[in-house]
Amino acid sequence: MKVYLARRLAQSVLVLFGVSFVVFAILHLTGDPAAVLLPPDATVEDLQKFRQAMGFNDPFLVQYGRFLAGALQGDFGLSVRHGEPAFGLVIERMPATLQLAGAALLIALALAIPAGIVSAVRRNSLIDYVSTVVALLGQSMPTFWLGIMLILLFSVQFNIFPSSGRGSLDHLVLPAVTLGLFTTARITRLTRSGMLEVLNQDYIRTARSKGVSGPPVVWKHALKNAAIPIVTIVGIELGTLLGGSVITETIFAWPGVGRLSVQAIYNRDYPVVQAAVFTLASTFIVVNLLVDFMYTYLDPRIRLR
Amino acid sequence: MSGAAAPAGTLTLRGERSPAVREWLALVRRLVRRRTALFGLAVMLLTVVVAAAAPVLAPFDPIEQNIGDRLKPPLWSDEAGRRHVLGTDHLGRDLVARVIHGARPALLVGVAAVLISGILGMLAGLVAGYFGGYADDVLMRLADIQLAFPFILLAIAVIGVLGPSLPTIIVVIGVSSWVVYARVVRGSVLSLREREFVQAALALGGRDGRVIFRHVLPNVFTPWLVVATLDMARVIVIESALSFLGLGVQPPTPTWGGMLADGRVYISTAWWLATFPGLAILVTVLGINLFGDGLRDTLDPRLTV
Repeated sequence: MKVYLARRLAQSVLVLFGVSFVVFAILHLTGDPAAVLLPPDATVEDLQKFRQAMGFNDPFLVQYGRFLAGALQGDFGLSVRHGEPAFGLVIERMPATLQLAGAALLIALALAIPAGIVSAVRRNSLIDYVSTVVALLGQSMPTFWLGIMLILLFSVQFNIFPSSGRGSLDHLVLPAVTLGLFTTARITRLTRSGMLEVLNQDYIRTARSKGVSGPPVVWKHALKNAAIPIVTIVGIELGTLLGGSVITETIFAWPGVGRLSVQAIYNRDYPVVQAAVFTLASTFIVVNLLVDFMYTYLDPRIRLR
Repeated sequence: MSGAAAPAGTLTLRGERSPAVREWLALVRRLVRRRTALFGLAVMLLTVVVAAAAPVLAPFDPIEQNIGDRLKPPLWSDEAGRRHVLGTDHLGRDLVARVIHGARPALLVGVAAVLISGILGMLAGLVAGYFGGYADDVLMRLADIQLAFPFILLAIAVIGVLGPSLPTIIVVIGVSSWVVYARVVRGSVLSLREREFVQAALALGGRDGRVIFRHVLPNVFTPWLVVATLDMARVIVIESALSFLGLGVQPPTPTWGGMLADGRVYISTAWWLATFPGLAILVTVLGINLFGDGLRDTLDPRLTV
């Protein structure tokens, strides 16, 4: 098991290096980062001075080395627009994004796991039918449209929840529901199919034939085994949630990393964009590493590898 | 699995159809029996027809402005007695015409991006699964790096640098969506590699290229097709999300996402502006998802996508 964990850790570090390279390369896509960073009306002399000052004339790999050394210390340069360190701006907004993603995940798990279990146990019942249709709709609905429709209904028409900003718990409701719907749909379908598969296994039949029946079979024998794919997808869904925050935060004016990065792209404030992409990707990598460690606890078969 | 499993030249009474064609026909017959899949297919075909015949079907010019008639509600008729069934937008443009024309960029990006990522993913999956070893390690680490990024954030960062245009959007989405295909194809190839007909082809001295393209490729096509269908639904949502953020196909070309962004501004006065383009996305994506689910259940029920 130690070997397995050590290998996973090494893989994650490798992936992190890859991520840093892609984040670095974003600025160099057009071949001239100075033209990307400076306003379009900059003169040739301006561009040249800027290139010299930023070290854009150095060899590509030297520039990457410098970027990596900075990134590892949380130094992505100064925000073009705010004049502050870009990484600081991102970290400042991280709690808001994590709060939103956490609330969305909580809603998703609280709705999806019971719905999935009931659907599987009472297969082809009305509940199964309704939850399947809702899950399908949830997977097909664009997040931003759902957000706008919720604002139309709950803010404009009935004035129950505020449509923008962050503050009280009321502010969290609409963005969290919007962000969580897709994940809810995914986890519902996964829980249902996972439970259906487990309920057909020999050990469930054995448990039933021994006289264990009803809920205990579901809770003790089936759910424990169906939990493994669910735990994996929670790690992967966090990526969906962090990415989805870009849109959801924009719609609800939620002051998180997603909205910051969209504004930074409009302002051509690329140090902030790089810091945001790197921070969100690293968060995803770390969470998935933790999920894998949890996995070895849940599934003894992996420990033996 | 279909295709090469049936030996060629088997004696049949009516020998005009090859075994492969017969298997496909059998699959189509099974697919047709699934009503939801058939419904999904009908919706897909309808969208394609609408997109192709948009100039004929649209009752008005989608970009013709008429400031005097701005923000008119659905079913409103102008002085000439022409009816605007879904109303007009903030520039007096007819909403029906715009929703119909909006299908074009959505489908174009959907099909083109899926082709790019599908081919890239197929090649990566074939190489990783067939050759294994070093190539497999490298490709799968690349896949991990790709998956670590919040997709939409990476896409808008890259499009922000390169500037939004139809080819850029297609290439960015296409190049960064290969992982699902690669993983599914790789998984199939790993098990195919041990099958007798592949081993036999190798034993007879078949070169790697020939074995891959004649014996392996035809057998990974069905799972690939399922992934491609479901992925197209995702790509259409992403295209509209990009347009919503102003980084998609640029105005005046009508896009569903761009219309939603306009509608969001007028949310408190003109509900129809944001409602109908969103419904168009929902119906299209739902149709594709239903068809994709049916395709998976028919071709490869154990595939998890």
